[in-house]
Amino acid sequence: MSRARADEEEYWHSSKFRAFTFDDEDDELSQLKESKRAVNSLRDIVDDDDDDLERVSWSGEPVGSISWSIKETASGSTSSLDGRDSSLQKGSSSYAALPKQGSSYSLSSLFKGELCLSLSALTDTGGKNYAPELRRPKAEYKDYSSDWSPKDTVKRMQRGKVCSLERFRSLQDKLVLLDEAVAGHDGNVITAVLIFLKRTLRREILFREVEVRQVALCHLIHFLRETGEQKFLLDLLRFLDRTEEVALSQYREHLNIQDVEKRREFLKGCIGLPFSAEDNSHIQDHYTLLERQIIIEANDRHLEMAGQSELFRKYPRKASILNMPLVTTLFYSCFYHYTEAEGTFSSPSNLKKTFKIPDKQYVLTALAARAKLRAWGDVDALLTTKNWLGYTKKKAPIGFHRVVEILQRNNAPVQVLQEYVRLVEDVETRLNLATKYKCHDVVIETYRDLKDRIQLTAYKCKVERGSAEEEKINSILNN
Amino acid sequence: MAAHLSSGRVNLTALREAGRRELREFLDKCAGSKAIVWDEYLTGPFGLIAQYSLLKEHEVEKMFTLKPGRLPAADVKNIIFFVRPKLELMDIITDNVLREDRGRSPQRDFHILFVPRRSLLCEQWLKEQGVLGSFIHREQYSLDLIPFDGDLLSMESESAFKECYLESDQTSLYHAAKGLMTLQALYGTIPQIFGKGDCARHVANMMIRMKREFPGSQNSIFPVFDTLLLLDRNVDLLTPLATQLTYEGLIDEIYGIQNTYVKLPPEKFAPKKQGEGGKDLPTEPKKLQLNSAEELYAEIRDKNFNAVGSVLSKKAKIISAAFEERHHAKTVGEIKQFVSQLPHMQAARSSLANHTSIAELIKDITTSEDFFDNLTVEQEFMSGIDTDKVNNYIEDCIAQKHPLIKILRLVCLQSVCNSGLKQKVLDHYKREILQTYGYEHILTLNNLEKAGLLKPQTGGRNNYPTIRKTLRLWMDDVNEQNPNDISYVYSGYAPLSVRLAQLLARPGWRSIEEVLKMLPGPHFEERQQLPTGLQKKRQQGENRVTLVFFLGGVTYAEIAALRFLSQMEDGGTEYVIATTKLINGTTWIKSLMEKLEPAPF
Repeated sequence: MSRARADEEEYWHSSKFRAFTFDDEDDELSQLKESKRAVNSLRDIVDDDDDDLERVSWSGEPVGSISWSIKETASGSTSSLDGRDSSLQKGSSSYAALPKQGSSYSLSSLFKGELCLSLSALTDTGGKNYAPELRRPKAEYKDYSSDWSPKDTVKRMQRGKVCSLERFRSLQDKLVLLDEAVAGHDGNVITAVLIFLKRTLRREILFREVEVRQVALCHLIHFLRETGEQKFLLDLLRFLDRTEEVALSQYREHLNIQDVEKRREFLKGCIGLPFSAEDNSHIQDHYTLLERQIIIEANDRHLEMAGQSELFRKYPRKASILNMPLVTTLFYSCFYHYTEAEGTFSSPSNLKKTFKIPDKQYVLTALAARAKLRAWGDVDALLTTKNWLGYTKKKAPIGFHRVVEILQRNNAPVQVLQEYVRLVEDVETRLNLATKYKCHDVVIETYRDLKDRIQLTAYKCKVERGSAEEEKINSILNN
Repeated sequence: MAAHLSSGRVNLTALREAGRRELREFLDKCAGSKAIVWDEYLTGPFGLIAQYSLLKEHEVEKMFTLKPGRLPAADVKNIIFFVRPKLELMDIITDNVLREDRGRSPQRDFHILFVPRRSLLCEQWLKEQGVLGSFIHREQYSLDLIPFDGDLLSMESESAFKECYLESDQTSLYHAAKGLMTLQALYGTIPQIFGKGDCARHVANMMIRMKREFPGSQNSIFPVFDTLLLLDRNVDLLTPLATQLTYEGLIDEIYGIQNTYVKLPPEKFAPKKQGEGGKDLPTEPKKLQLNSAEELYAEIRDKNFNAVGSVLSKKAKIISAAFEERHHAKTVGEIKQFVSQLPHMQAARSSLANHTSIAELIKDITTSEDFFDNLTVEQEFMSGIDTDKVNNYIEDCIAQKHPLIKILRLVCLQSVCNSGLKQKVLDHYKREILQTYGYEHILTLNNLEKAGLLKPQTGGRNNYPTIRKTLRLWMDDVNEQNPNDISYVYSGYAPLSVRLAQLLARPGWRSIEEVLKMLPGPHFEERQQLPTGLQKKRQQGENRVTLVFFLGGVTYAEIAALRFLSQMEDGGTEYVIATTKLINGTTWIKSLMEKLEPAPF
């Protein structure tokens, strides 16, 4: 038996006689997901744009533009179009008068070669479609009988023609074809050749060959990602020893898991994957956080339903805490579980310790949560530290100007506010804040300390007549 | 309708006309009445080529937006899908086709027009779903370079940067090369090609190869362009990250310009009719088209925003003076002349009213404290101050949960201005971001790292100061009102990309070899032979025309800077700009972010 015969034999036996196939059994699910995702993203696009007609006419979108017309014709109100036709007509007829230089070219004719319908190898002969019987144009037959070289094949494919690749049977032929495709830089063609190779080559051989062809490799990875062939992709990345990519690619999958329990399990499996050292600690945290959230959520939903807790009655939860970022979770915990002992999973101090949340971040979040509840006592305690002699001192790792901002945003009363304005170190900032938020005492004291009689006198007109503040100013000025 | 395309040095109407011709050819292939089902994304770009009237002349009776479910019952012979070759769109088409009523008579014929290219992958996908055979015509429409303005072309390929630099998918480069071949077919072979970057090298290679392989493209048109400059976006990652400070740039930063249209909050555009005060305030966004067909816009679009106010008030005075003229019109002849000018004056007045409103909207934002703080930090980074430590403002923004994209823009800017961040600084930012915005963003941070936008400093070397000084990227004495340098577009920072173009024209890149070596990718020069009859003999004082092609996107501020160079009296070069996509920092970063599933509630 000649060598060619052997190749042929192998071909007839191995290939399943389908032009192109994705030989992945379990991709039905991923297709569904794909389409759902597409639908969701499309809805965004559609919603984003105005749908009704009144809006269009007002918005200044030129009547007759394509996006305008979609709405117009879709709604069936063609009558309104007719009235505007004259102006449209004018627009479109004006092209005739344009300079003729070059306009005899059509874009495609420059590259595509002759145009012919390419219903061919790809046309499905199975019973699934109900399209009218399609005649294959005569010219197309030629493609199958003649022997195009790999180079010509690639060129034809670049021009948008369908070529049968089945005739490339030996490994060497296939690789020449791939190299030609890569040299053409047309991703469309490269991908088509890769699909062909993926189907007709053993996995190890395909992997080995693309490893030394970087461009082809990138396209294969991109293609596998697009079509959701996760398993094949991971095998490939593992073969290439691109372990960090394997890890990330696997981790990415969690986004497709809606059920939280399953998602948690999945994340657990991601721990210890070959991420970079510091990414690994983030993944670990991600898992731990979701685990916590599941516990907290179950607990709190129960509490809320029971209606026993005043806090939950007064401030019903706006959304579940599941899958929220860490800082949001901390805020939630500072809001609903502030007083709990460190031992409980839902307590802020436990979160702080588990996730090594820096002081600054913690204070900021706790402050915002407690201020929102107008728990000024907690705010005070949060910013008070005791030294080893038992003296207490006010301290704010975020700076007192930030404290003031947060409290002000939560409508803190002046008495509370001024206590912290007073602690702002920078004199100018302090004066600014005090003036802005009408903390008269602080303004007066600051001017007194600065011995600024002029400013103090000037400030007198800003306070109420006969008030205690006015008296204070007078007494200072008189001394 | 397309007058603005012929206003520049190169008449781009011819390109538009070629596009229209091809569209008509395709439509006529599907004989009989038709309905078009649009991939929503394409309507914008197509709108720049053709309006509905053209389609209607070719028997397009209905148009729909592509969405899943049953197609609307339109009584037409053909249903044509205009789509980008994307798998998710194929799924929707499949759904449409499968739900088509088989019993209806007469049956409707299906066709697909892929824009800009047919995709074997998509066709394979359709075949898998068992619907491929349902399509009679499957063709492609090479909408490669779309004329946006007299000196501006874009491919509007939103994922080009991501594909080139993240996924090493060079398909968009192939389209760019094809677009350039089309351009050469219409405007003559470009004798000189310069480039910087890996992608630029690829495109130049492809062009040379295509020219060799399609001898038919050897044309006898007198060359309009003297030079082509191909620039990789990753040669200059800095510029798009900074906030653009030109009028047009700010409109884009704040409201987003899409296919020359912008949607604005309606409050400031309420029609001021007497007696209806405050009653019928419009609630839908006001949509305006922005291009140089509008005289006033052409004048102010590229100015620094701080110089726009004075122009607007000057215009206001001129227009009111013009309207006052009517009191002086005594004779019939004078009145007649006044009346004949009225339409033009009315148009000028409404244009002025619109731009005054837009300027007010923008001013509200540019005068805000946060805008100022953000800009201060950007400018510190770009001028090389404190780029190597954790920045307080960025930390504050994270703590206050400002939009993630804003944070990423700043952190990336800092990284680029420091040739990478110290490992400790990088880790700190990463941790803060993940804790505040969610751990899943680890995927996005990885993408940014792969694209070179966010990275650890390697070798402890920071090249940026050298690059900044040599290319004079930071100018302290910037003149926003009467600029004398391109740095006015960012109030101090001269976009690196445009500086490269400027230095290429004069004195040539030889003077900056050292710096070019610090920037990624090769720099090169190629010459394309012209038949002897076509070699240009330049008239004295005639400007050269350079086409600058930004592979991976260009900002409006960069365009403004190039237009500034075109207008310089002794510049000697006029620029036409082409790009894969018009971008700003926000849309650019967004294109690199991992698409996250919506929250499950």
